[in-house]
Amino acid sequence: MSWETVIGLEVHVQLSTRTKMFCGCRTTFGDPPNTNVCPTCLGLPGALPVPNAHAIRLAARGAIALGCMVRPTSVFARKNYFYPDLPKGYQISQFDQPLATGGRVAFDSPDRGRIEVGITRLHVEEDAGKLVHDRFPGKTAVDLNRAGTPLAEIVSEPDLRSPAEARAYLVTLRQILLYAGVSDCSMEQGSLRVDANISVRRPGETRLGTKTEVKNLNSFANVERALEAERERQIAMLERGERVAQVTLLFNAGTGQVRALRSKEESHDYRYFPDPDLPPLVLGPEWIAEQREALPELPEARRARLEVAYGLPAYDARVLTSEIALAEYYESVVRVGVEPKTAANWVMGDVMTTYNETGAFPVEALRLAGLITLVRDGVVSHQAAKRVYAELAQSPGEEPKAVAERLGLVQVSDQGALASWVAEVLAAHPAEVARYKGGETKLMGFFVGQVMKLSKGKADPKGVQPVLQETLRESP
Amino acid sequence: MSAAAVARETGARLAAAEAAGLNATLHWSQALLDAEAKRVGAMPAAGPLAGMPIAIKDNIVTTDAPTTCASRILEGYVSPFDATAVTRLRAAGAMIAAKANMDEFAMGSSTEHSAFGRVRHPLDPSRVPGGSSGGSAALVAAGVVPAALGSETGGSVRQPASFCGIVGVKPSYGRVSRFGLVAFGSSLDCISVFGRTVDDAARVLGAMSGHDPLDSTTIPRGPMAVPAALPDLRGLRVGLPREYFPADLHPGIAAGMERTKAAVRQLGAELVEVSLPNSAYAVPTYYIVAPAEAAANLARYDGVRYGPRKVGPEGDIRALYQATRGEGFGPEVQRRILVGTYVLSAGYYDAYYRKAQRVRARIADDFRRAFAGGVDLLLTPTTPTPAFRAGEKTEDPVAMYLADVFVCAISLAGLPALSIPVGRDEGLPVGAQLIAPFFEDERMLAAAGAIERVVAGDAEVR
Repeated sequence: MSWETVIGLEVHVQLSTRTKMFCGCRTTFGDPPNTNVCPTCLGLPGALPVPNAHAIRLAARGAIALGCMVRPTSVFARKNYFYPDLPKGYQISQFDQPLATGGRVAFDSPDRGRIEVGITRLHVEEDAGKLVHDRFPGKTAVDLNRAGTPLAEIVSEPDLRSPAEARAYLVTLRQILLYAGVSDCSMEQGSLRVDANISVRRPGETRLGTKTEVKNLNSFANVERALEAERERQIAMLERGERVAQVTLLFNAGTGQVRALRSKEESHDYRYFPDPDLPPLVLGPEWIAEQREALPELPEARRARLEVAYGLPAYDARVLTSEIALAEYYESVVRVGVEPKTAANWVMGDVMTTYNETGAFPVEALRLAGLITLVRDGVVSHQAAKRVYAELAQSPGEEPKAVAERLGLVQVSDQGALASWVAEVLAAHPAEVARYKGGETKLMGFFVGQVMKLSKGKADPKGVQPVLQETLRESP
Repeated sequence: MSAAAVARETGARLAAAEAAGLNATLHWSQALLDAEAKRVGAMPAAGPLAGMPIAIKDNIVTTDAPTTCASRILEGYVSPFDATAVTRLRAAGAMIAAKANMDEFAMGSSTEHSAFGRVRHPLDPSRVPGGSSGGSAALVAAGVVPAALGSETGGSVRQPASFCGIVGVKPSYGRVSRFGLVAFGSSLDCISVFGRTVDDAARVLGAMSGHDPLDSTTIPRGPMAVPAALPDLRGLRVGLPREYFPADLHPGIAAGMERTKAAVRQLGAELVEVSLPNSAYAVPTYYIVAPAEAAANLARYDGVRYGPRKVGPEGDIRALYQATRGEGFGPEVQRRILVGTYVLSAGYYDAYYRKAQRVRARIADDFRRAFAGGVDLLLTPTTPTPAFRAGEKTEDPVAMYLADVFVCAISLAGLPALSIPVGRDEGLPVGAQLIAPFFEDERMLAAAGAIERVVAGDAEVR
């Protein structure tokens, strides 16, 4: 008998603010320990939190981009627990009245085609600090630079049905949040963190099985691997007639296994209650409309528009809109007059390679357009154009034509020059000339190749063939 | 008189009070007073409080002296910043004279719960000055300073003001910034003022009031204008909530209230009976809401970042928390943390915390209805009895809590209120409480100024 997997994800993203959620400290990653701290984020006696308006704006934009409804009133709540990285002994979060609820994310499931996953809620909260165990032998140190960093927590409905689907959801979620400018979503720097809830049940069953929570997932690939491991573990238990216990598990990327961290039954009672230091967050319809207007065109809409407006294949439109920067660059190339499909080929080729390596577009749209024009006009060959592109990337400000000339890659279509190369090639290959004249016309390709070789690729291939034909016809 | 001379005289008075065993201060020094005088002397223009020495309750942070909240857990702690109220008082030319003793973390009604010993009543050392701001009250009552800052969560300024025979003013919630006031019950906490006269208290309140971007709960309005005392109370309707005048009211307090009512009537006001039925639930409601907030607010004292750290026998973080907090907090603070943790626990939240919030809303509603019914101010006794003897209620927490029965409801409603001395019973001061609608602090102070003029605060009431 088969099993159905049910997965829901809790994703924390760090909001792209310059300063912390409730104080003016910087959020820079990697600064020396305990340098970005103040009375508020250290939890000193008498200090009070003041909400970061930009963090709220970003969270609201993220929520809108995920199709959520931003609540006119939401409430900050204290989540109480003791831990050395939590300066106040409580985390300011949101509980029963979150910032936003009821969204959805549509994407292509690897198993089920186009699906929609519900977003239960998005709320804002502050991050905790960090414990450092390897700095002082036998001691644990506390670094509070991260304490108070603004986060949005995005909770999905248990709508995902496989580990691969969970991964595809994360890719789409990340893409949307990057478009919305909400977070840089860097898993390496901890600005995107994933906790996964997973259970299994028999197909057709409507009740959910007992779920476990998997933590310590440091890449999308590991989310998928961890969920596969946990699914197998749960299925094996159930098939042995055992019961799944509600536990929190840690994934070990080295072994590919999960192990229990703590049992949920003995977990904390967080004693949430509204934070009396912070009045309810009241967001008017005009303010919410402003946040909606501040959003760029989102990936789904942009993909559809690119297909229609530029007649692009669906595949091209999807690749070009995978990142907002790529889509922006592509459209800037089209705007300066390049034929859309040609522009797409270039952007998905050399341009994307450079972007993936450097994160930048060193050849501006106008220079790329210039290069494409050189190819179209036969000034450089397509092969040569790739070398010109690579050189342009290294030579800020230099024009494509100048680069092509400097590299000696400008094609020669001058009849006299072509005729002399042709004469030299025909003279060097009398046997092939005789066979050609004897009817072996497919040797034309051979002659063209030889001329290209002799000219070191500079001969315009379109110009070579007529000269060859004429010369061969006229020769004795 | 120059600021330097005031500083020397204040130092002499503080020393005398100390020698007399008042135990009202936790930190002060002549050097700090002299430095304050020098600072004030160098100010380009004399501020509204130029040269006024002010004592500060030890739960309001200052950079030039420790802030301990009268607790072992903060022994020696010096804040890197001044409270907004302190910054504004300094800017107005006031001199910070001393840090005053208090009930530990402002939890108590007698200032017997200080880790550094109880404060004596200036008129009778066997009695308590009230609390939790008992040190501040005693310093003003003993004539050491003309004004002092206390803090109120549920009556901690009005009640000691009444016990000590001075003026105690609790402003509207949100009128004075809490930034730098060590949190106890954040939704109730108000920095409040003691003065020998209504005008002194009003001037101090005016100087430190007004919106503060560092406290999101301050009301976005500028400083309070200091009102002049009204010449009379003609045209005012003063409500007497019948629940605040029980038949078994202490005879001395009852006599004090009769005098006050007569004076108010004589000043031309109309007295009308009103009802605040839900005030009966104020004390139990308060003892759910305040401890719940306190349990969270006091979680930060964990020995990890500041304050004395105790390492438990097991040597792990749990033991560190247990030892630091077990030894650092006194019994009353521990009791409130336990209560607060309990009322927020899963399964109890609805029965206690949520219900208390609903009752709190009803209590506030009673006041709104009374004021909407055409009453300008309310008049009640401040305390059910004059100052009680030290040790009388320390073994019975509920009896101690009931010392705040007439002041608690106002704190839950966030309203401005004050206590003024209206006479003495067998030598012990009796206070009357005036309550105003939200943000009508000026109206209340102006009326209190008129009453103060005609009621002799130091005359026997019987």
